[in-house]
Amino acid sequence: MIQHIIRMSCIVVVSSYTSMGQVDAATRTIELPPETAQLKPSTLPGYSIASGKCAICHSVDYILYQPPKMSQAQWTAEAQKMQRSYGAPLDAEEIRLVGIYLATVYGDASSVSTIDRQGNP
Amino acid sequence: MGVTSNRGSGPVASAALPTRRRLLQGLGLLGALGVPFGSLAAGLDTTDTGEGVTFAAGPRPLVRYPGKRPLIRVSTRPPHLETPFAVFNEGPITANDAFFVRYHLANLPLSIDTDTYRVAVKGLVQTPLSLSLQDLKQLGEPVEVVAVNQCSGNSRGFSAPRVFGAQLANGAMGNARWLGVPLHEVLEKAGVAAGAKQVTFNGLDTPVLPTTPDFRKALDIEHALSPEPLLAWSMNGQDIPLLNGYPVKLVVPGYFGTYWVKHVSEIEVIDHTFEGHDAFFMTTGYRLPDNACNCVAPGTVPEKTRPIATLAVRSFLTSVRNGDVLKAGVDVELKGIAFDGGGGIKSVDVSLDGGRSWRPAKLGKDLGRFSFREWRLPARFAHRGAAVLQVRASNRKGEVQPEQADWNPAGYRRHAIESTSVTIS
Repeated sequence: MIQHIIRMSCIVVVSSYTSMGQVDAATRTIELPPETAQLKPSTLPGYSIASGKCAICHSVDYILYQPPKMSQAQWTAEAQKMQRSYGAPLDAEEIRLVGIYLATVYGDASSVSTIDRQGNP
Repeated sequence: MGVTSNRGSGPVASAALPTRRRLLQGLGLLGALGVPFGSLAAGLDTTDTGEGVTFAAGPRPLVRYPGKRPLIRVSTRPPHLETPFAVFNEGPITANDAFFVRYHLANLPLSIDTDTYRVAVKGLVQTPLSLSLQDLKQLGEPVEVVAVNQCSGNSRGFSAPRVFGAQLANGAMGNARWLGVPLHEVLEKAGVAAGAKQVTFNGLDTPVLPTTPDFRKALDIEHALSPEPLLAWSMNGQDIPLLNGYPVKLVVPGYFGTYWVKHVSEIEVIDHTFEGHDAFFMTTGYRLPDNACNCVAPGTVPEKTRPIATLAVRSFLTSVRNGDVLKAGVDVELKGIAFDGGGGIKSVDVSLDGGRSWRPAKLGKDLGRFSFREWRLPARFAHRGAAVLQVRASNRKGEVQPEQADWNPAGYRRHAIESTSVTIS
């Protein structure tokens, strides 16, 4: 028996049942706060792709609270990971465009080529 | 209540309170008056509770969720909430309403009826079971353990270089008194058949897309049959909050929180190492470099990995925070917590001079080898100016916190000595 697991006395067990009794019969329901986070609008094509597809599985604040200054290569690899590991419905071109948008708006914009930053797909 | 109530009346409390703490205090007061926090937090300028962690779009807000006091938003959907660090100064037990929340999949159960809730025990067993909450409670003599649940990625935001993932500061941990039935008793009731290799666990949360792996975890059969893991229904004497796994949570003392499956619904005994699409969080996610330090050179990829397992020894100073101002020539009681993966804390040393000299702290009550252990140390600062306070724990296995943090690609298992920069005035 491991050192610090304490066998409960009968009295404690009984009292725990009493306190649980009222709860056991009930359905426990919660309501979550509304989702309000939005991505920063941009003319870059990756903006609408990210808003539509990233948000299928998670709120976009998950993106907002990533580290600052991540590069285009890093953001693109992250979008790639979402597709490969988590089955995000993104094709190769969408992954590229999402990487450009996220690096430009939330990361190290200087890592993105001028042409890509101007939104030419 | 409140995140500042344990600030005490000692000399530390008389030091200037940082703005952040004042704001938290204000929120606590408004909470006591019944003012809703959701709109309040949104109306206020966001609160930097990141302990120095920076984010792509600025600081994270405090938000209020059902059954929870204001916690730090990591993401809205799936819900991911971090405990404000000031909570850890309240005592060695983390209150249910302050305990962090972490889901991986957005389809989580928002309504649970314990009349219909069942835990299936299946696979390589002699008698498959379908257990109600009452069945579980009556299955054996309940046992209790005080154990730390810490996220694998706790403190990931301090990784250097930075890595993607939830940018947690140090608040994705908590310590609670868990009551439940030992997992081995449930498995023994079903009768584990010969050839069993692992036991897998699934909860009621499911992915949004069928292409996304389900969140399932596995323990080796020897571990599953050991005394430690519990199927718990009580946390600190109350039902487990829904967002922490109501009505039944797998508690794996000494192991990272990733194994502590919420709303447990299926337990399956298998004759192989868990694999396949829904084994992603064992086979690809939550893995560490498979070497002695569980680390690699920053920015590099490990040759070989293995599933993350036990907690490393860690300690924190909780009574003083970065940026605090302390008075010179006044007695101060420093206070904090230490924990490890079950070896048990042996000693905690504190440095008031940035690691040049160390003094042993006095350990508080032993709540068990899986629990937070409080420590205290009376101190007095002779000289005015900047000071760096450090805390270093050792466990009974001889493991000591390293001076420098090492690095792994996912930012898991951070456990280096913590430093707190203060001004003595």
